[in-house]
Amino acid sequence: MSYLSDIGALTRKDLLLELRAKETVPAMLLFVLAALTIFHFVTPTGGERTATLGLLWTAIIFTALLGLTRAFVPEREQGLMDALVLAPCDRSAIWVAKSLAVLAFLGLAEAIALPAFALFFSGIGWRTVAAVALADVGICAVGTLTGAMAVAGRARELILPLLFLPLAIPVVVGGVGASAADHGGKYLAFLVLYDAAFGLLAWASFEYVVSET
Amino acid sequence: MKAIRLPQLAAAATVALGVSIALIFFYAPIDGDQGLSQKIFYFHVPIALTAYACFAWGAWKALLHLWKRPEGADLESYVAIHMGVIFGSLTLLTGSIWAKISWGVWWAWSDNQLVLFLVLFLFYCAYFMLRYSVDPGPARANMCAVYALFGVVLIPVSFLAIRLSRSFIHPVVFTSHGPQMTGSQFFVFCVALVGMLTLFAALYQIELAGKRLDAHLRELRELLA
Repeated sequence: MSYLSDIGALTRKDLLLELRAKETVPAMLLFVLAALTIFHFVTPTGGERTATLGLLWTAIIFTALLGLTRAFVPEREQGLMDALVLAPCDRSAIWVAKSLAVLAFLGLAEAIALPAFALFFSGIGWRTVAAVALADVGICAVGTLTGAMAVAGRARELILPLLFLPLAIPVVVGGVGASAADHGGKYLAFLVLYDAAFGLLAWASFEYVVSET
Repeated sequence: MKAIRLPQLAAAATVALGVSIALIFFYAPIDGDQGLSQKIFYFHVPIALTAYACFAWGAWKALLHLWKRPEGADLESYVAIHMGVIFGSLTLLTGSIWAKISWGVWWAWSDNQLVLFLVLFLFYCAYFMLRYSVDPGPARANMCAVYALFGVVLIPVSFLAIRLSRSFIHPVVFTSHGPQMTGSQFFVFCVALVGMLTLFAALYQIELAGKRLDAHLRELRELLA
């Protein structure tokens, strides 16, 4: 089997599991809506548009975190990780497939969250949408790798935010900059750079995270 | 390569730091703009650069661990990062004191370097959480090495991110036109930097020796049990 068909099969497995269990995506959707509702009450009336755009990014990061916490739960509960590592495929394919699945879940949640944000707070431009799409790639790439690290430890759910949030700070800077600044182009370029740098690093190093030797 | 002996290294660190402190207080000129308080520069910046050196050394050892798998690279990487976190905390502390004197606030979000150090501090504290939540073994060594490598990529990326949302409040001493200070100031700064780096090397060797002793002792106990 080629690399691409390995990725295809693994992604299909994750999407199928979600389609049957229906756990992660509904949880992410409800979470992001609840978060936006809370944000309405924390922003003072007539709050600045920049501040509310910042809240959108807060919502996105924490919703992603929720999805990432669940990402490796089936593998852990069924002891599937060992089987995946033993499978005759490149181990980075496991990471690519899992990232794609999380990206799909996050994209679905945002497909609801962005219109909801526009409805509750203020309209969003194409640059925000582009920034969200670019940020999602970086979030899923880095988050899936840290997720795989977190499930290996004892603290698990506790440790993932600690591992992931410092790495996500540049994404937030780029995202907020792209949505709020006057000249957002350079922030979009920065997000592309982030995706490329961390995507490559995660792709190359995932093998070591799951191997026991 | 024969490792430098620990007592010599410790003595060198004491001498270099002693000389640099003497130079800072008796030789370096008093800054016309900031007065005496500018002298903290000779501590703050060398400590910050040493912290970067620690993180870079830790990442280099992590890369070696994943690449050539020499014995003990994992421990060396961990000890270097441990030292980096200590120097990083000192950077935050001295930076905060300087900010209070210079700008009148303990913390300035507008200060790029200070924020970058906070991000790195959070990141490397998480490294310890990761290390102590996974059972010792090859899997833990690999994971920690990967995370340490993420750190060195995070440093320039965060730097760029913070620079993008930048302000000009932080004095930029090193520009592309070379260091913006007088010759005598630069000399004192270099001595202070060498002092800090030797201190790091000495502390690194001490902790490494302690950890290795621990490991040997554990092996002996297991043999006797």
